[in-house]
Amino acid sequence: MLPFFPAERRISAGLAPPDTSFALIEKQRGALRIMALSPAACRLGLAPGMMLADARAQVPELLGFPHEEEADRAVLTRLALACEIYTPLVAAAQPYALLLDCTGCFDAVGMDEAQLGEDLTRRLVRHGFQARTAWAATPDAALACAVYGQDNPHDLPVEALELGAEVHQALRRSGLMVLGDLACRPSAPLAARFGTALPMRLAALLEEQDRRLTPLRSVPPVRVERRFPEPLALVDTLLKVIADLAGEAEALLAERGEGGRRFEVLLFRTDGHVAQLAVDSALPLRDPAAIADLFGERIASLADPLDPGFGYDVIRLAVSHCEALEQEQSGFTEDKRVKDTLPLLNRLAVRFGADSIRLFHPRNAHLPEYAASFMPVGAPGSGPVPGTAASGRAEAAMDTWPEPECGEPPLRPLFLFDPPQRVQVMAQVPDGPPRRFQWRGKSYRISFYEGPERIAYPWWKHPEGSGPTRDYYRVEDEQGHRFWLFRHGLYERESDHPHWYIHGQFA
Amino acid sequence: MFDSPDSLTRISAAPDKAAAAHRLPLGVADADEWLKGGLRRNALHEFHAGDTGDEATVMAFALLLGTQADRERPVLWLRAGRRQKRLPYGPGLRELGLSPDRVILLQLPDLQGQLRAAADSVRHGGASAIILEMPGRAPLFNLTASRRLTLAAERSGTMVLLARSQAPLMPSSAETRWQMASAPSSPLPAQAPGGPVFDLTLLRQKGGREGLHLQLEWDREKAAFQAPLSGGHAALLPGGAQDQRRSRAA
Repeated sequence: MLPFFPAERRISAGLAPPDTSFALIEKQRGALRIMALSPAACRLGLAPGMMLADARAQVPELLGFPHEEEADRAVLTRLALACEIYTPLVAAAQPYALLLDCTGCFDAVGMDEAQLGEDLTRRLVRHGFQARTAWAATPDAALACAVYGQDNPHDLPVEALELGAEVHQALRRSGLMVLGDLACRPSAPLAARFGTALPMRLAALLEEQDRRLTPLRSVPPVRVERRFPEPLALVDTLLKVIADLAGEAEALLAERGEGGRRFEVLLFRTDGHVAQLAVDSALPLRDPAAIADLFGERIASLADPLDPGFGYDVIRLAVSHCEALEQEQSGFTEDKRVKDTLPLLNRLAVRFGADSIRLFHPRNAHLPEYAASFMPVGAPGSGPVPGTAASGRAEAAMDTWPEPECGEPPLRPLFLFDPPQRVQVMAQVPDGPPRRFQWRGKSYRISFYEGPERIAYPWWKHPEGSGPTRDYYRVEDEQGHRFWLFRHGLYERESDHPHWYIHGQFA
Repeated sequence: MFDSPDSLTRISAAPDKAAAAHRLPLGVADADEWLKGGLRRNALHEFHAGDTGDEATVMAFALLLGTQADRERPVLWLRAGRRQKRLPYGPGLRELGLSPDRVILLQLPDLQGQLRAAADSVRHGGASAIILEMPGRAPLFNLTASRRLTLAAERSGTMVLLARSQAPLMPSSAETRWQMASAPSSPLPAQAPGGPVFDLTLLRQKGGREGLHLQLEWDREKAAFQAPLSGGHAALLPGGAQDQRRSRAA
């Protein structure tokens, strides 16, 4: 619980003078109302919720600043992230408070409850924030204890129930001042008198009913970390630590039979700043050297370099997305090529985006432009990376490349134009082979040709649509350039003046 | 004492043998002799298309060399530019006798990205060859950039092939530089165009003679180059003033 958070954030950001009384105000229904106060102003007897005019009547020198809730929340979220040093289950709560679920974390951190609370308070004070900590079995109880400064939930005033001023007043009139007074009474009459919300709220505050904490970030399935007694400030050493951590993560991933697709490194700086680096892998990965390489690449390609400041005291490697990875088979079936290119492809994917790496993918289609496609590596439904162990198996299920006919020259071009380019063709007869053509302002005289290869619109698949038939010719000009031309439409039957297009270029 | 001359020859012969293993023979005896065994595997080779219609020819030749440099490992094909009208066609690769599954295409945003990716890939050494398709002037690819690729190639043993078209001949650290064009094929019956024939002129060879001119026909069934059966002319020896002038320009 951070009692003076908005005011202290302003002070630590250098936007307000320290040790003066000032208020953070917001315009509500035409009046300026105080939303938060500086510690000095609180000591003068002011309280949040007052009108600025009333407060000024008491303390004429009171300064007013606008209340910036969004900026406050952003800073609170950053503090919450920095608290992941203790536990992955951290949430920000209303009003300005942080909830930490430290169940089972004390051994890993190497502190007990009191030490952890002290450590946390010390870190927050270093940032300029006063904090009140409280421990309880449920988040609601802990929050209420911190707000009202009590150790035992039974000593909390009835206002902690947050059921509205009327209910609180009615409870006080009946002589029920603290929650302990309510705890020993049967809940049915209480519910009948004060509403059903009261017993539920009471159970939550008295540690009888637990509420699930929704953490700021989802907890990664695999995470390893290293804590340093002395902060670490060198980037080279940092990479070595990441490699070490990757080695530990490998063992954990191997136990799960999985490999990571997304890795994150959190660098907790001593001053509370948290740097976050993430890399994605095209395929499930758990090789420590490869993981460290990817992070090396990521750090090298950062727009503004890492600033270690006074050093990092905790480095954590989290594998936030895992996928099944089969145990690599060693021995004579081991495919050397997997190891050969995968790290490189991963690194290029980190730098240029995964969709920049494409693989040829066969498709069983009639029209030539649909007979092949490109797939980014790792996309759903894309083929395996060439030369990986999976490629042999998967190919049987997929469409395959047609085998070239023995003794024939290449019948399909190396390059395909998308879309096909219009060319001016001269032919002896309108439905005959081309004799010469004009393309990109140059004239080509054809010496050899083969065709037509008639490719009709696939009417058996799309009966409602229709398109002209294409007559393809493989042609060679006098210099030896080889092209793939087609006439779009059958002469007289489909079109009186069929156009010609160049669709491909042969070697 | 007596075996010293013998050991001397052995010592002097040893590097040659090692060098031969690092070379990729073209498969035509005259040309391989001229190239001292073939194209060096751990070096940069430049192929220039002479004509606008020859882009596919240059690229095909680079792909064929690249896949022959090593029988297993993949070939990386690096292209620059987001939107392109001319797309590589998988069935066409298959028809040339290459396995499209062995070719990995890298589509990079610009020339700078292409050069960076090339440097990374060459340094990594996992690929059998790196092919850079670089049409036009490509001002960023200067002597420094080519030198960087050459050094990386020497270290990792990866073959770097530059497929260029309509590019001015700029100084570069390439091991060999070739002028390329497609040549008329040996026609099949009924005047049908035959298989690909490449017309090559050696413009420059580091530590060797230039001026070699030859035509190569790709035989898909044998997966090898050969001298064309008819029409073309195989390995011609260099000649006149024109070749001299060209080599000086290179």
